[in-house]
Amino acid sequence: MIELEHIVKKYGSKRALQDVTLSIPRGKVIGLVGENGSGKSTLLKMMAGLLTPNSGAATFDGEPITRRIAAQIAYMSDTDDFYTYFTVQQLIDFYASQFDDFDVIKAKEIVQFLNVALGARIKSLSKGNRGRVKIAVTLAREADVYLLDEPFSGLDPMVRDDIAKGLIRFTDTERQTVIMSTHEIREVEPLLDDIIVMRGGVVIAHEAVDEIRDFYGMDATSWMVSLFKNQQVERELGK
Amino acid sequence: MSIDFLPDKPIYQQLIDRILGDIMRGTLAAGEKLPSVREYAVEVGVNANTMQRVYKELEQMEITETRRGQGSFVTEDQKKILALRDEMKEQLVTTFLQSVAAFGFTTDEIVKCLQERGGEHD
Repeated sequence: MIELEHIVKKYGSKRALQDVTLSIPRGKVIGLVGENGSGKSTLLKMMAGLLTPNSGAATFDGEPITRRIAAQIAYMSDTDDFYTYFTVQQLIDFYASQFDDFDVIKAKEIVQFLNVALGARIKSLSKGNRGRVKIAVTLAREADVYLLDEPFSGLDPMVRDDIAKGLIRFTDTERQTVIMSTHEIREVEPLLDDIIVMRGGVVIAHEAVDEIRDFYGMDATSWMVSLFKNQQVERELGK
Repeated sequence: MSIDFLPDKPIYQQLIDRILGDIMRGTLAAGEKLPSVREYAVEVGVNANTMQRVYKELEQMEITETRRGQGSFVTEDQKKILALRDEMKEQLVTTFLQSVAAFGFTTDEIVKCLQERGGEHD
């Protein structure tokens, strides 16, 4: 569904993505993991059509990805940049005016599921509740793909648990794809079908979680650690 | 609340074992309706695809059955549940006896020990 071929993205002279080739199928929940600065956010923005590659091709169902892809792909940034003077209800109305696929009823249902008051002003909400509202307005879009940049980062365990449950409850894995970057691999692993590991702007692995456990007999966290160690050893032997 | 999973076994297998355990202990009775795939996925905090796979495998084992438009139900066939119990018991004993042999105990020694323990619990 989403195909990336030999994508290179530079910021000035720094290469954020180096020759990334990736195929994302429909109906999967995928975790994007890797150290800070490994290119996760850049990759998500690339798939969201917010960045143009310096070289390579990014397509969605065969069509080149441009800014207009925002009609089919819901992107949630890792920043907290809402119009703070809005109430939750006003924010929902605003989103409904911006996106054709926005489902107001679903938005209210998610907000209710996550126990946030519709009349509350965004600026008066706790960080956790702002996180809840952010995921609610993102998932209320009937998009083909949800790209979530660090949906769990900086939130307490209660909120993380709520967001995880909201994700399971309000996405349909038969037809929708979720790709989320995260550092909380251990916690997020049960939510995932696949894991994509990035390092230094390169995709170093793309595996099914069940396969990792079946084949390597370890969870995703230990597998990722061993992957990094092996790379280190190979690099040292290569010298 | 979400549940904790062991690190060395696929999550779907752990969920199958969990449901089989519920059925064998009777927490889930013969003929009882299972939660929907999505409800159960939300409850234990796993991906709906994983839960779908769990339900499919339980159905293939003929421990549950899907009724069109109604959802999944535990089999009403007691024979199947008894057969499952026997199979699981055999599996447990086989795994146990392998460790017994690996540590160099004799079967007699272990049987005696089990009988003593059994006495304590009666």
